[in-house]
Amino acid sequence: MGARLEELREKARQLRISSLMLAHQAGSGHPGGSLSAADILAVLFYHHMKYDAKRPDWPDRDRFILSKGHCTPLLYSVLSDAGFFPKEELATYRRLGRLTGHPNPKLPGVEIATGSLGQGLSVGHGMALAGKLDKKDYRVYVLLGDGELQEGSVWEAAMSASHYKSDNLTAIVDNNRVAQDNMTAQLKGIEPVDKKFEAFGWHAIRINGHDIPSIIDALEEAAETKGKPTVIVADTIKGKGVSFMENQPKWHGKAPNDEQLKQAVGELQNA
Amino acid sequence: MPKAGTRDGYANGLLKLGSDSRVVVLDAGVSDSTRTQKFGEKYPERFFNMGISEQDMVGTAAGLAKCGKIAFATSFAPFLMGRTQDHQLVSVCYSEANVKLVGTHNGLAVGEDGPTAQSPNDIAMARAMPTMIVICPVDAVEAEKATIFLAEKHKGPAYLRLGRPDVETLYDDSYNFELGKASFLKNGKDGAIIACGVMVYESLKAAEKLGQEGIGVSVINMSSIKPIDREAIRKAAGTGAIVTAEDHNIYGGLGSAVAEVIAEEGLDVEFKIIGIKDRFAESDTQEVLFRKYGLDAEAIAAAVKKAVGH
Ligand SMILES: Cc1ncc(C[n+]2csc(CCOP(=O)(O)OP(=O)(O)O)c2C)c(N)n1
Ligand SMILES: [Mg+2]
Repeated sequence: MGARLEELREKARQLRISSLMLAHQAGSGHPGGSLSAADILAVLFYHHMKYDAKRPDWPDRDRFILSKGHCTPLLYSVLSDAGFFPKEELATYRRLGRLTGHPNPKLPGVEIATGSLGQGLSVGHGMALAGKLDKKDYRVYVLLGDGELQEGSVWEAAMSASHYKSDNLTAIVDNNRVAQDNMTAQLKGIEPVDKKFEAFGWHAIRINGHDIPSIIDALEEAAETKGKPTVIVADTIKGKGVSFMENQPKWHGKAPNDEQLKQAVGELQNA
Repeated sequence: MPKAGTRDGYANGLLKLGSDSRVVVLDAGVSDSTRTQKFGEKYPERFFNMGISEQDMVGTAAGLAKCGKIAFATSFAPFLMGRTQDHQLVSVCYSEANVKLVGTHNGLAVGEDGPTAQSPNDIAMARAMPTMIVICPVDAVEAEKATIFLAEKHKGPAYLRLGRPDVETLYDDSYNFELGKASFLKNGKDGAIIACGVMVYESLKAAEKLGQEGIGVSVINMSSIKPIDREAIRKAAGTGAIVTAEDHNIYGGLGSAVAEVIAEEGLDVEFKIIGIKDRFAESDTQEVLFRKYGLDAEAIAAAVKKAVGH
C-alpha cells in the first residue's frame, strides 16, 4: 500500500502540473479548483473507480460527473492520462474541437455536460436510479464545489437521493472555501455542510481532502453504506500546492503567465 | 366521440408504451392533474414522482436517459418550461439526453388559476432551445400518437405541449402522427387559418362563420411547430391570406414560426397573428378569457376578413 500511496501522490502532482500547463497554454481556464480537487480525482481514477477507458460506453462502468464543470484543466488531464482520448489532443484545449472550456458530452469519459453549476447531482442521481432499475452494481460519483452548494437545485437532488435510498450515489464536496469573486462564507455561508447533508438524510464523512489514505477510506465507507447516499465533505485548499494561488479568489479563473507557470511548476515539483 | 383532454391522450400513450422497459415517467408532484398517475399505478418501479422540484426532475430525467431510458418528465407547462430552461440547455439538449418534456395546462385555456399558471411563453422557450422539437397536439388521439411517436421514432429532446380542457376528438385511431406534417382539416380558396392546440377548435368555428358569409378558408392543424411544415405554409399562402392562431404570446410562438417561413421564402401573402397580445390576463373561464383577450372564433374571423380584404 505504501508504494501505491506514493504512486497516487505522484499522479496528483502530475495532474496539478498538467492543469496549470493547460490553463497557461489556453490563456484562460480555472486553476484554483483544479488544484484543490487533484488528490480526489487521482484516487477516483487511478485507484477506486471501475471503468475501461477503451470502452467508455461499457454499461457496468462507474460514472463520474464533474458538477463543478469549470475545472476542465483537471478533468481533461486525468481523462487523457487514463486513456479516454489521446494526450496530444490536449493541445487543442479551449480551441476548436472537442476540448471545450466546460465538459463536452461528446468527449469520451464525459458522462454529461456541466458548466452551469447545480445540475450534476440530479443527473448523477438519475444514473443511480437507472442502475437500480437495471440491477447493475455500478456506482455514481458527483464532484461539487462548495460555492456550488449555494444553488438550490443541489438540495432538491439531495432530498431526492435520500428519499429513494440511493446508496449507489456518492457526492464529494471539494470544500475549498473559495467561490469565484469571494470566500464562500462571505457570499452566503454553507457550513456546517456535513450536518446539512445529514439533516437531508445522507451519510456524511468529513475528511482532509488532500490526504490520500483518508480519501480512499471515505470512498470505501461510502460504498459500504447501505440504504442512503453518502457525501464526502473534503476540506481542501483552493490552489493547493502553489503558494501564490492558495486561498486566493483571483486564481479561481485566471491563467498563469510564463513566469508564474515556471514558479508554480517549480513549487509543485519540489513539494 | 366523447370529449377528452390531450393530457388524457398522453396518459393513454404512456400506458401503451408501458411494456417497453426503457420507458420511465417522472412528475413533479402534480401527477393527478397531468394524468401520469395512471402510468404510476401500473408501473410503480418506473414512475418517479420527484416532488415539487422541477429542476431536479429534469436533471434526473437526463441521468436516466443517459443510461438508456426514454424519460418523460412531466409538469404544468409554466413551471416545467420556465423553471428549468438552463437544465434543459445543459443537462438535456447539449448532453443529447433522450428526454421528453411534457407540459400540461398550457395557455389561457387553463382559465381560473390566472396568469402564474397560464404559460404565455412556453412555445417560444422551447422553439429557441437548440435541438428541441415542439409538438402541440389538438386532441387526445393526436396526443396519444405523438407520445408513442416520441418514444419509438424520435431519439432526442422534445417538448409536448398539452392542455387542461376536454376537447372534441377530431381524429380516429387510423390517424398517423408525422413530425413536420400539418393536416388540413378544411379546405378553402379565400384564406387559411394555421392553428395549434385548442385554437384549432376556435379556428374551425371561425371558418364555419366565414363560410356562412361566403368566405371559404382552410383550417390547418400545425401540431408540429418545430420542425414546421413549410410545404403546408406555401400551400396556405396560395390562398393569398394566412392567419395564425395560438393560445400563447404573439411573440416567439406559432405565428412567429410561420412568419419566418413566409419571410424566408418571400411568399406573397396577407398575414395576421392571433395570440395573447404581450400582456397578462386574469382569472375566469376559458370562454370569457378567450373573448376578452381576443382568442375566440370572433377574433379569428375578424382577422381573416381583414387579411382577405373584406
Ligand atoms: C449557475 C452558474 N452560476 C454561476 C457560474 C459562474 N461560476 C463558475 S465557477 C463559480 C464559482 C464556483 O465556486 P465553487 O463551487 O466553490 O468551485 P471551486 O471553488 O471548486 O472552483 C462561479 C460563480 C456558473 N458556472 N454557473
Ligand atoms: Mg470553492
